Amino acid sequence: MNLNLLILLPLLTAIAIMFCNGLKQVRLAALLGSGLQLLLSFWLLYSFYQERAAGNSTQMLFDANYTWFTALNINYHIGIDGIALAMIILTSMVVISAVLVSWTMESMNKEFFFLLIFLSMGAYGFFISLDLFTMFFFLEVAVIPKFLLIGIWGSGKKEYSAMKLALMLMGGSALVFVGLSGMYFNSNIDGAHSFDLVQLASFRIPVDAQMIFFPFAFVGFGIFTALFPFHTWVPDGHSSAPTAASMFLAGISMKLGGYGCLRVATYLMPDAAHAYSGIIILLSTIAIIYGAFATMMQTDLKYINAYSSISHCGFVILGIGMLTETSITGAVMQMVSHGLMTALFFAAIGMIYSRTHTRIVAQLGGLMKVMPFISGVFIIAGLCSLGLPGFSGFVAEMTVFMGAWQNTDAMYRLATILACASIVVTAVYILRAAGKAVMGPITDDHYKHLPDATWNEKLAAGILISGIVVIGIVPFWLTSLITPGAQEIILQTGQALMLK
Amino acid sequence: MLNDFFLLMKQELVLLLIIVLLLIIKVGKDWSNETMLNLINGLLLLNVISGFVMPVEGNLFGDMFKTNALISLEKSILNIGVLIISMQSYSWLKTHKHLSEFFILMLSTLLGMFYMISSGNLLMFYIGLELSSIPLAAMANFDLEKRKSSEAAFKFIISSAFSSGMLLFGISLIYGSTGSISFAEITNHISNEPLHIFAFVMLLAGFAFKISAVPFHLWTADVYEGAPVAVTSYLSVISKGAVLFVFVSVLYTVFKPIAEIWYNMLFILAVITILIGNLFAIRQNNFKRFLAFSSIAQVGFILVGITGSSQMGSASVVYFVLIYIFSNLGAFGVISLVSALTGKENISDYKSFYKTNPLLSWVLTIALFSLAGVPPTAGFFGKFFLLISGASQGNYILISIAALNMVISFYYYLRIVKAIFMDPNEQPIEKLSIPLISKLALFICLAGIVVLGLWSSVYECIYNLSSGF
Repeated sequence: MNLNLLILLPLLTAIAIMFCNGLKQVRLAALLGSGLQLLLSFWLLYSFYQERAAGNSTQMLFDANYTWFTALNINYHIGIDGIALAMIILTSMVVISAVLVSWTMESMNKEFFFLLIFLSMGAYGFFISLDLFTMFFFLEVAVIPKFLLIGIWGSGKKEYSAMKLALMLMGGSALVFVGLSGMYFNSNIDGAHSFDLVQLASFRIPVDAQMIFFPFAFVGFGIFTALFPFHTWVPDGHSSAPTAASMFLAGISMKLGGYGCLRVATYLMPDAAHAYSGIIILLSTIAIIYGAFATMMQTDLKYINAYSSISHCGFVILGIGMLTETSITGAVMQMVSHGLMTALFFAAIGMIYSRTHTRIVAQLGGLMKVMPFISGVFIIAGLCSLGLPGFSGFVAEMTVFMGAWQNTDAMYRLATILACASIVVTAVYILRAAGKAVMGPITDDHYKHLPDATWNEKLAAGILISGIVVIGIVPFWLTSLITPGAQEIILQTGQALMLK
Repeated sequence: MLNDFFLLMKQELVLLLIIVLLLIIKVGKDWSNETMLNLINGLLLLNVISGFVMPVEGNLFGDMFKTNALISLEKSILNIGVLIISMQSYSWLKTHKHLSEFFILMLSTLLGMFYMISSGNLLMFYIGLELSSIPLAAMANFDLEKRKSSEAAFKFIISSAFSSGMLLFGISLIYGSTGSISFAEITNHISNEPLHIFAFVMLLAGFAFKISAVPFHLWTADVYEGAPVAVTSYLSVISKGAVLFVFVSVLYTVFKPIAEIWYNMLFILAVITILIGNLFAIRQNNFKRFLAFSSIAQVGFILVGITGSSQMGSASVVYFVLIYIFSNLGAFGVISLVSALTGKENISDYKSFYKTNPLLSWVLTIALFSLAGVPPTAGFFGKFFLLISGASQGNYILISIAALNMVISFYYYLRIVKAIFMDPNEQPIEKLSIPLISKLALFICLAGIVVLGLWSSVYECIYNLSSGF
């Protein structure tokens, strides 16, 4: 299994799209490309299990290392473990449903699909990278297309939101850059500096350097995943973006940050992660509670989902900050679960908006009677968001809480309790929005003749829902994938504790 | 001996040959502009190719003139830039009365730069510098009927005379205190003495003028705005690039003994240059003024790279200049086309540019992304290596400032992208018909932007040729 396929396939699809003419060809090429991505990611899953079953217990599978810039010891090093694999599968599912949702994109469709597929290349590249330079490269690849996607095809104050998002994310990657260069120059592997993730992990960066550069790396990646107080791009960016871009942003892009916090900041600088865990937990708890309460005040469906994303991504950071095997497993599960759920949510909102031309909760009503499928999707996404058992949200959040509770320190316990309590708030805003917009009498006569979902929308929703339900019902399929990776990370931090 | 002479000076000699040939044609024949342009482009292409043939190492004229593989590569980089500029100015020069003079002047300045890069002593360096800047003033005045153009020329000549004065003062102080003008000799005698440092500061100021580092940048924006686009692009990439090449080699060899002192000076210069360049670039509406300030900021990043004082530092600077030539000329190529065909030079004119000229818009956008340092364009690699080289000294304050300034620079580059793609406009620039040769030039820039970064051999090659401390 060659991981380069994951880069090549989107690249070729994007190039093919450039040579297509008209919406029909373009979307067909995009669908074909993203469909192949989905197949590829599941084939990857299959061969991953095959390798593991054959007794291959190396941490990173499908490892491939090509020298790139010898002078600086920069390599194009790729490989995956279970965590990366979970993220890759998430990406492929979100991308194909994003393509399906934008099936009838009218203006400048060629550019739109090109950028969307190009973005997915950035995401795959980021998840498979085992070299910090390559990782950084792909992280930035995945920023600028978002600016164009929001600015050109967005709605509302799109230019402002696009600029804000691009600048904040670029600010994040600037911080990441400082963190990376700090790690690079403090590493010494056989007398040379290195960007190689695996080598850096076994080398163990000196503690005083960790203390300086951990905040850079963690906050830098944190900006991508809406770490409080750097979350302000999230509501604007998500609400102005076109549906597919919102799905991508919330579903994948925010996960780049979470993955980076885990894989780069925490894994490579475990001592500092321990030292700073109090601050991380504090910030994430604030994000969870603040996000939940801010959501209560929103009237626009997209803003509701955007603010609730801040709250949900807070669980990811909380899980990472708690630094136990279970909590980190939970954090990764929450990333996958939130990615699927929020993409589904945005898809449903996009479907509703394209028909009713409003996203304001108060103006909607009784949609269940005219478009039962879309309303059903909306409710499923909502229920998953509030953590109903049977859906992925419950499993993920539960795992985070279980892991968090393993820390016996009073402050950690308090944070856990507060985070748990936020679920009640989540239930309030989700049920209220669902009750008002979907249930009840039809508020506007125009709504009576609106069509229900078309085949592409049904397929898109179906893919995402199946993911949510499968994780909700058989979570151990996912956990068995993630746990070895989480163990590896905890092994690092555990050594850090022992050294103390 | 004669063999040596021809081989070592081959790049200069080829250039001289072209200049003489153009003079003869100018006097004897009356060919049409288009024939001339094609001929000149052909000659410049030959010039580029000849630069890569048989690079040799050696000294001439008692070490006044030296060359090696890196120097000849640097000259080739400049050659490529000149070729692209000449191709891009096709639409502008097609109707110009004094076409051959333009190229004679341009190639003379290039010859001056070659001497400057190859100089092994201060006298040679100064002569090269003067030869490279005085004809530039005449070039800046080449829009003969425009007042702004002559204003630009006047400003340029005054500021360059001023900076030459400073340089000469520094040179004479150095000669007075060390008793030599040869680079190799000076290195042995230079130390922390106040007089030496004072002389160095004068030299540094002269250099800073030429590369328009803050606070010696005030001439840049006005000259860039007034001069014809081809000259602006020449000023911003070729002339700056040449001075930067010399600057690095002088700092790394001649002033090596006082490295600690110039490190701090460069640190301050770099920080204010990036900051001022960025802050002023945000407010510009004229495209050429905008690129002037953005080029000031870019110089700031290059200074960050120079502080690395290592093989990586010198390699990163050469590499960045190479990339910068392609990226900046990509942007200037589009601007010169638009300016030559419609006369519009403001950023606000570019609103909805994408609707009418999608191809040019993409080229401009990709060039701007490369200037901003967005992957996968080459600009990303260039900036990354500059900053990494700056970080190798362990000065993370400098790196943090530079990295955060990258974010500011994103803002103004994205502002133009926003104008092109998103802002509505009742009367966008009409659809332009692009001459084949300009298309080719844009394609070369685009190919350079994509290939130079991802293809690591380019950097490796420069790295192996360069030397550090």
